[in-house]
Amino acid sequence: MNIPEELKYTKSHEWVKEEDGFYVVGLTDYAQEELSDLVFVNLPEVGDEVEAGETFADVESVKAASDVYSPVTGTVAEINEELLDAPEKINEDPYGAWLIKVENVSDTAPLMDCAEYEKLLEEEE
Amino acid sequence: MKLIFERGQEGRHLSILPKLDVPAYQPDEALLRAQAPALPEVSETEISRHYSALERRAHGVNNGFYPLGSCTMKYNPSIDEEMAALPGFTNVHPLQAEKTVQGALEVLEKMEEKLSAITGLKYFTFQPAAGAHGEFTGLLVIKAYHKDRGDEARKKIIVPDSAHGTNPASAAMCGYEVVNIPSASDGCVDLDALKAAVGPDTAGLMLTNPNTVGIFDKNIEEITRIVHEAGGLCYYDGANLNAVMGIARPGDMGFDVMHLNLHKTFATPHGGGGPGSGPVGVREDLGKFLPGFRPVRGEDGELHLAQPEKSLGSMRSFFGNFLVVVKALTYVTMLGREGVLEASRNAVLNANYMRKALEDIFPAAFPVTCMHEFVISLDKLHKETGVSALDAAKALLDYGIHPPTMYFPLIVHEALMIEPTETETKETMDEAIQAIREIYERAYSDPESLHHAPHHTVIGRPDEVTAARKPKLRYQKEV
Repeated sequence: MNIPEELKYTKSHEWVKEEDGFYVVGLTDYAQEELSDLVFVNLPEVGDEVEAGETFADVESVKAASDVYSPVTGTVAEINEELLDAPEKINEDPYGAWLIKVENVSDTAPLMDCAEYEKLLEEEE
Repeated sequence: MKLIFERGQEGRHLSILPKLDVPAYQPDEALLRAQAPALPEVSETEISRHYSALERRAHGVNNGFYPLGSCTMKYNPSIDEEMAALPGFTNVHPLQAEKTVQGALEVLEKMEEKLSAITGLKYFTFQPAAGAHGEFTGLLVIKAYHKDRGDEARKKIIVPDSAHGTNPASAAMCGYEVVNIPSASDGCVDLDALKAAVGPDTAGLMLTNPNTVGIFDKNIEEITRIVHEAGGLCYYDGANLNAVMGIARPGDMGFDVMHLNLHKTFATPHGGGGPGSGPVGVREDLGKFLPGFRPVRGEDGELHLAQPEKSLGSMRSFFGNFLVVVKALTYVTMLGREGVLEASRNAVLNANYMRKALEDIFPAAFPVTCMHEFVISLDKLHKETGVSALDAAKALLDYGIHPPTMYFPLIVHEALMIEPTETETKETMDEAIQAIREIYERAYSDPESLHHAPHHTVIGRPDEVTAARKPKLRYQKEV
């Protein structure tokens, strides 16, 4: 299981990192593997408000539909439009295929570092 | 296999249409299409062989075991079809004069009586076309109830995390905010979570009982009391009524509104597109909000159609899928009071028989006496052998068995949800148990072969991913 050291994680299996003043959010390797082949991604619109711990997107695989929860509270600055036509990019490269970039962040959900997240995954197993 | 559109020849005709027995009418030129539609031009033999070939490729309850959890794929008695084919039911129109369709109206009256006896709820509408449509209708009734009381603050519907996916979807369609509450470790509603979730903004609770893991919630009266005390109403999703009909009534459990799936619980075929029927029942004081028209017996002894006083409108044309109601009425009438009870008891007995017989290799996700279905987890098998619930389900096809429901409910990893129904014999279930045990053994001896199962069906593994990502929804003629 790939858990990059430089990222922060939520217990609902999203990753987040700070980059150029934005908070970049995506799904972890574990999440994409559990979901299996993704066939659909529903993203918010630029300018939408997201709230830490609340759902902001949903993804669908051949197995199930799942909500995606925001690690931060803020405004959507950018969405990864490429995913709308190619949701498989999340399966291929979960840490490259970010979902949204958030600005004006005022709050964050409880976040874990990679060691803590690895421990959570062991417990889930 | 060729599509019907790829068969035949230009100009080939059938002679099955009867002679025109009404005056011919020439529509206005502007209403006519410029080009004839690209319909198949085939002979009667070609049609007959085409659909017979399709039928041979299909799997229904008439072909073999169909333990698709949560779908209640029971055998449909042929007499149901015979009754639904009677000309008095098929050659009538909903706009005919009431006095000429008294028999058809009596079907609705009788069915309401029977459903009311089985569920403990007083009034029914037969308009909803199936389960999710029933949910939507029921929630609109709840909305109408609160609005009628002048209480506009109730914006939330509480749904447990084990609910059918249609529950939150129906609530959202209705403009409600969905509040998800977690299940307790026994798969039932977590009472503390429920208490914390209810308040003056609670419009209602949606619940399936027995729930999605096949367990009857022991706290059901406490659950409905908590919601009622907060001022909300309780909605019963009747998807799993097959386990309790004739034994326990949603009305007695404290539910105010519910839908039934006639096409599951009361036989009548389903799958492959229906038609279904999802009547909604309500307690007495909510009857005035029901949609459509109800037959009411007048002083003249005849049935007349009347719209409920504060009806929320119409959910569908006329009386929904009427012939499905005819089949369901035949089904309950043939069973009788004792038979309905026995059907539920046998459904529960069969599920527990299979659960126990598989317990040593696949412990049930919640190891208690189940109702009409149970959920096993293949998580351990998956970790040890790489064989997933999907692989095992696909392998069952080679045994002539329709796979159980997979990966549902989401709260169980590598889930398979098995519902044998009451219409299966012990021998059929023993064969299925044997097949599942063989697959289990093969997972350890030859996992590779299971990754590619099924091996003996016309189609192996359809490419579900491409089908979902790049769906082709209709045939397009090559020009």
